[in-house]
Amino acid sequence: MHVITAENISKKYIIDHQGTRKPSSLRDAVSDTFEQLFSKKDKAAASDRKEEFWALKDVSFNIDQGDRIGIVGHNGAGKSTLLKILSRITDPTTGQISINGRVASLLEVGTGFHPELTGRENIFLNGAILGMNKSEIKQSFDAIVDFAGVEKFLDTPVKRYSSGMYVRLGFAIAAHLEPEIMIIDEVLAVGDAEFQKKCLGKMRDVSESGRTLLFVSHNLTAIQALCNKSFYFEKGRLLDQGETSHIVTTYLSRVSQKKLERQWDDMNTAPGNDQIRVKSFKLVPDYLDDLMHIDVRTSMEIQFEFWNMIEDAKLNLSLHLYSYTGECIFNVGTASQSFARGLIYGALEIPGHFLNDGSYMISIMVVKDTSSVIYNMEEALTFDVEDYREGVTWYGKWPGYIRPQLNFSLNQAESVVND
Amino acid sequence: MAYRTTIKAGGSGTDYWLDLWRNRQLLWILSKRDISVRYKQTLLGIAWSVVRPLMTMLVMATVFSLVAKLPPDPNIPYPLMILGGLTIWTFFSGAFSQVSSSIVLNSNLVSKVYFPRLLMPLSAVAVGFIDFLISLVLFIGLSFYYNYPPSANIIFLPFFLILTFISALGFGLFFSVINVRFRDIAQLIPFIVQVGMYACPIAYSTRLVRDSLPQYYKYYILNPAVGIIDGFKWCLLGDNSYFDPNSLYSTLIVSIIALFLSVMYFRKKENTFVDYI
Repeated sequence: MHVITAENISKKYIIDHQGTRKPSSLRDAVSDTFEQLFSKKDKAAASDRKEEFWALKDVSFNIDQGDRIGIVGHNGAGKSTLLKILSRITDPTTGQISINGRVASLLEVGTGFHPELTGRENIFLNGAILGMNKSEIKQSFDAIVDFAGVEKFLDTPVKRYSSGMYVRLGFAIAAHLEPEIMIIDEVLAVGDAEFQKKCLGKMRDVSESGRTLLFVSHNLTAIQALCNKSFYFEKGRLLDQGETSHIVTTYLSRVSQKKLERQWDDMNTAPGNDQIRVKSFKLVPDYLDDLMHIDVRTSMEIQFEFWNMIEDAKLNLSLHLYSYTGECIFNVGTASQSFARGLIYGALEIPGHFLNDGSYMISIMVVKDTSSVIYNMEEALTFDVEDYREGVTWYGKWPGYIRPQLNFSLNQAESVVND
Repeated sequence: MAYRTTIKAGGSGTDYWLDLWRNRQLLWILSKRDISVRYKQTLLGIAWSVVRPLMTMLVMATVFSLVAKLPPDPNIPYPLMILGGLTIWTFFSGAFSQVSSSIVLNSNLVSKVYFPRLLMPLSAVAVGFIDFLISLVLFIGLSFYYNYPPSANIIFLPFFLILTFISALGFGLFFSVINVRFRDIAQLIPFIVQVGMYACPIAYSTRLVRDSLPQYYKYYILNPAVGIIDGFKWCLLGDNSYFDPNSLYSTLIVSIIALFLSVMYFRKKENTFVDYI
């Protein structure tokens, strides 16, 4: 039996290009209206300034009882819009959805918490906002307090809570909802690793109890662990749906089609200066099996070519790899060598089982006579490394910038015999 | 299954009132929230609900009775006449301004969770109602002090109270919708309330308007608040208090039409709140 049936859901937003100004005060709205009434501007010009934007376009799907649906897609693909429509926060522009059963949607942790109210009062407030009735809240009150670990602070206003306690309390309340359908948006982005583990465990219980779950997350590991089916959204369209493993592979291979190659054919317009011009810059992954994306196991080679225009130059290269937040993870350099004018080719191998999952940037520096930088190409390439885990039950973000496979052994040194 | 929802363009109409009923506990909890955070981190706490009307009354009584020497209605102590008008006016203006800002103040809820949006303005009335009850008790206490106990007309009090509620909600709902789009409303409301305080028979008696400006009297009683305030004072202070039943026509017609149109307008717009808030 379908618990959710969506037919041709679309959501349109109007982007107003009225200069940089939008009538956000009554005065502006009134004066704009009069301006438009009395000036002879044709209507075409007015509609030119407005642009339609379809956050969702013709999305149809069925969800069965007990399905655990993961929703993946890039930012702006329409995932959040879909959740908002399913949660009845906003209306679709066209289309219709029928839902059988009580829906609880968790688009934020601790929705409606009032900072001045105590933890106890906020449990009742938040519970009611999420759709629990008083007796249900009373029933699970102790369990909520226990799960959040805030016994001691029950009568303290939540404004005095640490952010961790606040989030824990918020999630604990939501976790004790007992709706037939649960909609969750990226809540795992918050809280420490231990709490994330607790949350995922709880979500697993929810899904195993036969309830229907919709889960949006960028944490593919969590989606793979929790969801049996997945939807893949791109640019407002439901591009693909099916088994989670299949969807995740599709999604990742499309992510990796990001430009891993940059090439300039005309020596005169290529980036550089009168000493150095860059011809190409490539990242060539050695994909595993039939995968089409880079994960933590993948080894890759960075290849580059540049034109040297200095006669008899003593050059060396220095390459920096940065995390997306800008920290330098490593810097490697070549030895200084003499080159004649012409094309120079270089390659650097980055082994598999080395970088942790995340986004990375590479910049490259050309150095003359071991001391003067003659060209520096910042953000020459960016690439993503996806997560991959085997035989673990933990789905939180793996800490660190690198994830090397080191020899780490554990042996029983001595055993105590009981008898 | 018990819950069946249809979501489509232009709002999900038919179950609206049923949904509102299902969420009545939430209405209660939101009201309780507003009441309990009202005086958090204040020294005087709930005493503010007594101090405020009392001080306003004293200032007004001094200015209008002792300085300007305006006559009260026959035999009625001037401070008591002011407090009567002030009590109902504060309820009206408080409810009106709370309702007007209710959606914007709850914007964190609007963008994150669904419930019938009408719950927000409805719950916003609660705080004002508590203040009203306190002020009413203060009035009754003072009426014994002035040896002028409430008259038997007090049995009509609920009628005027409901009328106040209807008109405050009627006007407030309309502004609450506009406020989502144009925050000018937040500037406008205190101004309306301030002007209203003098345009309505609070610091003076309507009798005075009738006697000194007879040619304008028929327009004066078109103000829907006049009927409510005079009626309320009549309930508490008895037949000596000036009350022209004709002034109720405009109150009834205006507030019922306002409520009807506002609810329609609100329901038409409530699903777009999230896009503008």
